[in-house]
Amino acid sequence: MSRNPADHLLTPGVHYLQGAQACAEGAILAGCRVYAGYPITPATEIMEHAAHRLPQVGGRFIQMEDEISSASVLLGASWAGVKAMTATSSPGFSLMQEVISFAIMTETPLVIVDVQRPGPGQGYITTSQEDVMQARWGHHGEGSIIALSPASVQDMFDFTVEAFNLAERWRTPVLLMAEETVAHMRERLVVPPLADIRIVNRITPQDLGIAPESYLPYGHAQVPPMAIWGQGYAINHVSLVHHADGNVTRYSPKVHFENVARIHHKIEDNVDEIARLDARWLEGCRHLLICYGSVARTGIEAALEAREQRNIPLGFIRLKTLWPFPESQLRARVPDLDTVFVPEMNLGMMKHPITEALRDRCRRVVSIPSLGGLHSPELILSRIYEELA
Amino acid sequence: MTRHPRFEIRIAGFGGQGVVTIGKILGTAFSIHGGRNSVNTQSYGPESRGGACRSEVVVSDGEINYPYVRKADVLVALSQLALDTYVDDLKDGGILVIDPQAIKSVPAPERFRLYPVPTLAIAHETGDVKYQNTVVLGALYAFIADLIRESDLLETLRESVPPATVDGNLAAFEKGKNFVRSTFVLEK
Repeated sequence: MSRNPADHLLTPGVHYLQGAQACAEGAILAGCRVYAGYPITPATEIMEHAAHRLPQVGGRFIQMEDEISSASVLLGASWAGVKAMTATSSPGFSLMQEVISFAIMTETPLVIVDVQRPGPGQGYITTSQEDVMQARWGHHGEGSIIALSPASVQDMFDFTVEAFNLAERWRTPVLLMAEETVAHMRERLVVPPLADIRIVNRITPQDLGIAPESYLPYGHAQVPPMAIWGQGYAINHVSLVHHADGNVTRYSPKVHFENVARIHHKIEDNVDEIARLDARWLEGCRHLLICYGSVARTGIEAALEAREQRNIPLGFIRLKTLWPFPESQLRARVPDLDTVFVPEMNLGMMKHPITEALRDRCRRVVSIPSLGGLHSPELILSRIYEELA
Repeated sequence: MTRHPRFEIRIAGFGGQGVVTIGKILGTAFSIHGGRNSVNTQSYGPESRGGACRSEVVVSDGEINYPYVRKADVLVALSQLALDTYVDDLKDGGILVIDPQAIKSVPAPERFRLYPVPTLAIAHETGDVKYQNTVVLGALYAFIADLIRESDLLETLRESVPPATVDGNLAAFEKGKNFVRSTFVLEK
């Protein structure tokens, strides 16, 4: 891994790294300078790499006493104006849900990486996609969220940069829903010239010429400009239902609805801008294979083989964003279909919003589950051939 | 988009033999110095010593979709359990390298090109059993010399080991390579 000796940032060019390392390096290049974490297999490599690299680039690393406090550090760092991240695995992800809920209500940008492993409980230490529903619904209360699904070492870099950009743009926690597969594999990573990496920073009241006397901490726009502590702006940083000026004492159902509905719509109304998916072979397809995360690697292999060896008119879609769910993009792009196959490293989770989205556009949705291990091409193909026989 | 030919190498043994490191060095040599596409993965049990451990490298000149071995071209087995677990995933006519000290029985050996290489004994000769994995690397190189430049592998090896052990590792690599070249007639 070669670094520029002047600033210790990764040199542009080809590197060969684990997904975990690529994720931490993407965070650094996105401007992350605070990492607070707690070790857990199979996410620990992200923490270890961050511990090693953050001091080198003028950032701060701290190992906290648990996952709850790790996530909490990100709140304080973010309000102090610094981009912050932590990484955990599924049992730790459960512990962070309260902080995620708090961050949604206070509209605090931060990035949490969940390197998923099987559950429930301690489950096992291999790979999984069992937290993808928890990503959307695990925090108590309303409020939407953004969750991305990387499928390669390059994605672990690119999507981490994007996660920070989305967090800053939409003032929200963003989840990188990785899996052990992609965190532990080593592949080529191509780092572009640093000037070519698009970085987004939160809009502050100063950027909009709003003086402290006229500042409304939760007002001015669907995504309010975010003040930074210590710069003269007063912010009531509390996760109770609030007015635009931060007041929490003059409750009314109207204010309640306005507050929470805005936070919900802030993400959900902008799904077409936020959510991304990749599609291949849609024209003239009869059936569709929809994958996300590392299962997409197997899925493409299986789709190529099914099309080449058995002439099955099978289209392929890879969800790069899990939440907000790209329902209208999906509906807009697919023809009427017979069978939609959804292989997941769980017993069928994203199959639900997929079924809802394509309810009147396909005959049936077929789940192809695998627990604890990545689907082999044979597993996906045997199920496709069996169902279409 | 089409599928590209892949060459698949799997090394398996028990935890502590340095299996994971071999895969990492191979993958890095292929992709950084060799300029090719490769994916290196590994799996291991929760134990830090013992247990089952495997490392694999898939190499291609095109995109690699499925990141794991489907049907290995080469299997290196350093324990009986590793062989028993992974022999069915080795293609017929594939290269099977075993350490005869650890492996007493090979199922259907006529299906493969079988090469017993006493990697542990050779490591003992170098003075430190910790060099066993580098002996394996040297032996492996002898079988895949048309896929990778020796200089790429040696440069990666140098970069991947503690500086004080560079000479010992290079010697172990040579011993592994020379054992194979002097013992077997290798088909092209």
